[in-house]
Amino acid sequence: MLRAVFEKQGNAIWISHLDLMRLFQRAFKRAGLHLKHTQGFNPRPSVSIALPMAVGVASRCELLDFEIEDEGVACQQIVSLLNGALIPGVKVLEVYEGGRKQRDIALLQCAIDLHYKNKIPAKAPASLEKLFAQDSLMVTKNGKNGPVEQDIIPMIQAIALEPLDAKTLRIRATICCQNPALNPAQLVAAIAANKKSYMPEYAEYFREEIFDSSHNVFR
Amino acid sequence: MNELLRKILPTVQKPGRYTGGEFNEVKKDLKDVRVRVAYCFPDTYEIGMSNVGMRILYGVMNEMEGVWCERVFAPWSDMEKAMLENNMYLWALESQDPVIDFDMIAFTVGYEMSYTNILNMLRLSGLPLRTRERMGLKGIVFAGGVCTFNPEPLAEFIDFFSLGEGEESTPEIIALYDKAKQERWTRGMFLKEVAKIPGVYVPSFYDAVYNEDGTLKEMIPKEGAPATVTKRIVEDLDNAYYPTKMIVPSTEIVHDRANLEVFRGCIRGCRFCQAGFSCRPVRKKSPEVLYRQAVETLENSGINEITLSSLSTSDYRGLKELTDELIPYCEQQRVSLSVPSLRADNFSRELMEKLQTVRKTGLTFAPEAGTQRLRDVINKNLTEEEILTTCANAFSGGWNNVKLYFMLGLPTETDEDVLGIAELVYKVIQTWKEHASNKKRGLRVHVATAFFVPKPHTPFQWEQQITPQEYLRRCKLLKSHFYSKSIEYDYHDPALSRLEAVFTRGDRRVGSVIAEAFKRGARLDGWDEHFNNEAWMQAFERCKLDINFYTTRGYAEDELLPWDHIDVGVTKKFLLKERHRAMEGLVTPDCREKCAGCGANCLLKEVACDA
Ligand code: SF4
Repeated sequence: MLRAVFEKQGNAIWISHLDLMRLFQRAFKRAGLHLKHTQGFNPRPSVSIALPMAVGVASRCELLDFEIEDEGVACQQIVSLLNGALIPGVKVLEVYEGGRKQRDIALLQCAIDLHYKNKIPAKAPASLEKLFAQDSLMVTKNGKNGPVEQDIIPMIQAIALEPLDAKTLRIRATICCQNPALNPAQLVAAIAANKKSYMPEYAEYFREEIFDSSHNVFR
Repeated sequence: MNELLRKILPTVQKPGRYTGGEFNEVKKDLKDVRVRVAYCFPDTYEIGMSNVGMRILYGVMNEMEGVWCERVFAPWSDMEKAMLENNMYLWALESQDPVIDFDMIAFTVGYEMSYTNILNMLRLSGLPLRTRERMGLKGIVFAGGVCTFNPEPLAEFIDFFSLGEGEESTPEIIALYDKAKQERWTRGMFLKEVAKIPGVYVPSFYDAVYNEDGTLKEMIPKEGAPATVTKRIVEDLDNAYYPTKMIVPSTEIVHDRANLEVFRGCIRGCRFCQAGFSCRPVRKKSPEVLYRQAVETLENSGINEITLSSLSTSDYRGLKELTDELIPYCEQQRVSLSVPSLRADNFSRELMEKLQTVRKTGLTFAPEAGTQRLRDVINKNLTEEEILTTCANAFSGGWNNVKLYFMLGLPTETDEDVLGIAELVYKVIQTWKEHASNKKRGLRVHVATAFFVPKPHTPFQWEQQITPQEYLRRCKLLKSHFYSKSIEYDYHDPALSRLEAVFTRGDRRVGSVIAEAFKRGARLDGWDEHFNNEAWMQAFERCKLDINFYTTRGYAEDELLPWDHIDVGVTKKFLLKERHRAMEGLVTPDCREKCAGCGANCLLKEVACDA
């Protein structure tokens, strides 16, 4: 098995998880690389992307696992072949053999940029820091069987706020991303529910790095 | 714009359709660009990106030095709302620049119920809706596509039409604009010159005069415009431009596959079919060229599905030669090949079996009418025996799914014909019982009926449309004769088909109805969730136009028809003859058996009609 680390940014962040899988399948074909197919009645190309990502999230730490039929193609060559066949915003950073089991992914370091209309409200940073420093913080999330209440605090390992410019406040957090997983949008939902006056006009999300449970970078 | 978009995109459905940036999208450096064309498709991205005509002309225009053609699609209602709230103008995908900055605005129109989307896209671009309200050379609006073979309903809104196939005429039009822009012509000068290009129709150069009974009396050309405008065609398809570098959508669209058109025109002559007559004469493409284009398209796109399209693909003479080459290639490359509209002959059966190894698609028939009598009237050359034999073969080969398409309200139709549909469906079920190799999974027969819409440039262009009430009565009658649980029956909304009948055969006056309905909120009419019949009915009332004039009235044979000044090759005399044969129940043999003398061969100068 081979693993690619890739980034997704710019207009490409609006491509959904499923569409991204198809995009990669086509990119492999265009690159002249033949993906191995699963056995069975309806053979499918063997590609999988770890940690499906919500539409609108940028990332520089996405993982794509795949197998190819072509033998003897160097990993470095795969990187350049694929990048020649991909679209702006999706770029393969490295390809290597093996890699750890996806189930060992535990933590995600992410950034959430809160964009305010005019400027960051003066008391927002302190107030929001306090909000996330509580012992528990219940947020409603839309589950498969309707809305459920969820305490997000146990899933936040670290959190800090810093202004990026006059209008943008950045939350940087390390959160659980697998068993259980916290969607970073829930942090903004917590602001909406508890500190309505500090809600930004819109928020942007970035995945910066993923780790195992001992804070080692996961690859 | 960009920041606005970033703010809006998270709030709308399927944001990926608004950003561009797909593989093979064409970008150009503005300093090398003299003419910018905003190529608009009056429906959503998912529909428009599936349109083959648009793919071709996008490539044709971008092949031109100094010209940059970009795509624009109709926003979904949530995006429209967000745009209005944020004072944001409609933009083109490639540069994300507002449409109002472009030199030319082009529309491809393939469906009458997208007319309000055209108006909406003009409005969202910040352009005045009507030709007479727009000034200057910049922002000139033109349109083409099958609907424009009767351009009259859009005459108020479109500056000029480009009729017929655009591979050759579009570059001529744009080159003229390029010259006009450099030499600072006025809008009037440009329109006068562009009207001289064959296939170009400038509606403001014609005055429509009506009789007292509301029928058309005369179309008076002015400014030296020709009395009839003849559509353009490409004679040599092998050497015509074909885009093998298609844009590969990053998000899901309706027909997400490569599409290879194997020939143009149709040899069949089904009397209700607009494309069948207005796309004549028949011109072939050679299997070698098609194979090369298929391979190039697949390699450049990475797409794993290709379809061989045309109005009737099994009539393509090179089909065996082409598929003999293409099937092994597709199997090796894990590409699924589909060949729609196969007939029931031996070769097609063989081919169907071969394709089955690539992928199983459903079995589809369009008998259109339930009895042989009515099928003879409409000249649909498909017999019950053919259908049942093909079904028997398919059932024994493991198929368990059949789709059958019919029309209700066809000329001369009686209840007997309606019940003939139920009978045919019953026989299909019997055939399954006798031949199915695997009965465990059960049979599913999907039956759909459409409401017959008389179309211009067909032998049925004069016919009456029945009332929606009568249509629904026939649907119910049919439904009450479906006894099996295997049958799934769908029927089209008559309100929509009724409006379609108005706009496909409408004159200039119905333009005001379109504008009025649009003002009352009509748009995205082709989408059930948006179709607002109320707004349309109010618009007719407001404009004092009788909807029945265009539907149930029927047009007289000696009447001047609103599209009579548009020549698609097939003569009115021929259509009339075909109409009379229909009423006598006489079939007309297909073109391969015998040329019926439709007249379309007169459009050809270098080659003969290749039926
Ligand atoms: S010219 Fe004759 S053969 Fe050609 S399309 Fe017309 S009827 Fe058919």
